Amino acid sequence: MHSDDVVWDTLGNRQFCSYKITTKTQNFCRNEYNLTGLCNRSSCPLANSQYATIKEEKGRCYLYMKTIERAAFPRRLWERVLLSKNYEKALEEIDENLIYWPRFIRHKCKQRFTKITQYLIRIRKLTLKRQRKLVPLRRKIERREKRREEKALIAAQLDNAIEKELLERLKQDTYGDIYNFPIHAFDKALQQQDAESESESDAEKEEEDDEDMDKREFVEADDSDLSDFEDMDKLETSSEEEQEEEEEVEKKTSLSRSKGKNPLKGPARRKRPYIEIEYEEETEPTTKTKAT
Amino acid sequence: GGAAGSAAEDGAPPAPERVLFPPTFSVSEIKNKQRRHFMFLRWKQQQRKEKLAAKKKRRKEREALGDKAPPKAVPKTIENQREYDETTVDPNDEEVAFDEATDEFAPYFNRQTVPKILITTSDRPRGRTVRFCEQLSTVIPNSHVYYRRGLALKRIIPQCIARDFTDLIVINEDRKIPNGLLLSHLPDGPTAHFRMSSVRLRKEIKRKGKEPTEHVPEIILNNFTTRLGHSIGRMFASLFPHDPQFIGRQVATFHNQRDYIFFRFHRYIFKSEKKVGIQELGPRFTLKLRSLQKGTFDSKFGEYEWIHKRREMDTSRRKFHL
Repeated sequence: MHSDDVVWDTLGNRQFCSYKITTKTQNFCRNEYNLTGLCNRSSCPLANSQYATIKEEKGRCYLYMKTIERAAFPRRLWERVLLSKNYEKALEEIDENLIYWPRFIRHKCKQRFTKITQYLIRIRKLTLKRQRKLVPLRRKIERREKRREEKALIAAQLDNAIEKELLERLKQDTYGDIYNFPIHAFDKALQQQDAESESESDAEKEEEDDEDMDKREFVEADDSDLSDFEDMDKLETSSEEEQEEEEEVEKKTSLSRSKGKNPLKGPARRKRPYIEIEYEEETEPTTKTKAT
Repeated sequence: GGAAGSAAEDGAPPAPERVLFPPTFSVSEIKNKQRRHFMFLRWKQQQRKEKLAAKKKRRKEREALGDKAPPKAVPKTIENQREYDETTVDPNDEEVAFDEATDEFAPYFNRQTVPKILITTSDRPRGRTVRFCEQLSTVIPNSHVYYRRGLALKRIIPQCIARDFTDLIVINEDRKIPNGLLLSHLPDGPTAHFRMSSVRLRKEIKRKGKEPTEHVPEIILNNFTTRLGHSIGRMFASLFPHDPQFIGRQVATFHNQRDYIFFRFHRYIFKSEKKVGIQELGPRFTLKLRSLQKGTFDSKFGEYEWIHKRREMDTSRRKFHL
């Protein structure tokens, strides 16, 4: 059955062709050697014994040709010619190989070759750009991670941890003189002072006053640095400084006990101990303000 | 019938060690589902009663003994049972201190650089991600959000360095929710890639406060114990300016628990010297470290300091890396 017309009549119109795909508006041909991809009398590779296509393999284009002389030898049916990488040269090669072939096939071959080179160029450009890497999710692992996260959240007790940390920082005086709470550490240190021998005379106190002036500045400068380190970077000396501070300030409180108010830290400290400080009003606004 | 008979037979030869029970049936052998359920509930109640009785008895004994009572047993938690990690940082370690004085964050901690952050997303971000980026930029002071128009990160990074940015944050998005965070310290600093989960925007947080103000927040970094955790902690610390403004009363927390880093942003107020109230503002999210790479973002040729390898690292339930 080598007459093309008979083949076309059978396959194309009447009987079943396994390469044919029909849609509402058009028929397509799935044959790998088809030149245009449509199911036509002139583009069917089965119904034309003289046929040519362009196929692309690994980025190189080949011209495939089939002639009626080799119709009896299916193994040698398709002849393959490698086309040059240069676009114009390849077009010339196509012309050269398909000289004296029907105009339709030559034209369509060149069109197909053009399309193929265009998409090859685009592939090369895209690979240079950013590629999106798709990482598949594994359901079991996602579920496990989610569960572990929930349990970790419960174990973390975030609110408590944050509150504890903030209170720690308040105790260690990183906030300076913004908050006027009578820190109970003062009272503790006071009790300590009272419990110790009361032979600690004023002479000692006076000595330490001068030292206090120096120490005070030294300590406060360090404080502002310390406030920015994370927990682990807190040096051990901070606890010593804290004790020194407590001693200083509790002396203040013991001296100005008469007023019944605890003085502010900071600028108040720099003044001489026996001047009474009247910053009463400042304590009230802070207690009145509510968290917004 | 037969069972009782055999029991009688066995009981005849004296065998004082063998204690014989009448054949009981277990709850799971009842075929009828309703009855089985009922019997199971009854069994559960009984167990609970017995447990309660045992507890009471133990408490009475403890009170009776008074001072001589043995100390209370500490319950085992995963944190207690955590496998000791040899890279745990000792606060007094000189080697670590020296390393930190000379690593990429030293200029920040020496106050030579001021952090300036660039926040961007992956291609074509959806509304949720965009809103999240905006909220994140209100939380982190001195940060700017830029729309990513399909630009390659490798090209963005030199431009950022030229404009004095110190950090780059890229929020990766998948299926309309943000799910990844890439944090890159810019002048050739390390790049950390995190998986982000449970992202809650401000309107989804219950009982939230007002907007975060422009004050520089404080930072809390909890539980970063190992060497790796330490460097990640420093990375987070370097996002925020050095001097927190305490009048703002805002605090940003990065809390590490079992390798999950929880981020929260609160406003606090001290009600007394022993009580503090906190109120959550700001977005919240959870991070899990996937990889830490030396140098800025380069997924092909970068030198990875740490990658999470599931098969090797997830073998033990009590082993954590941060």
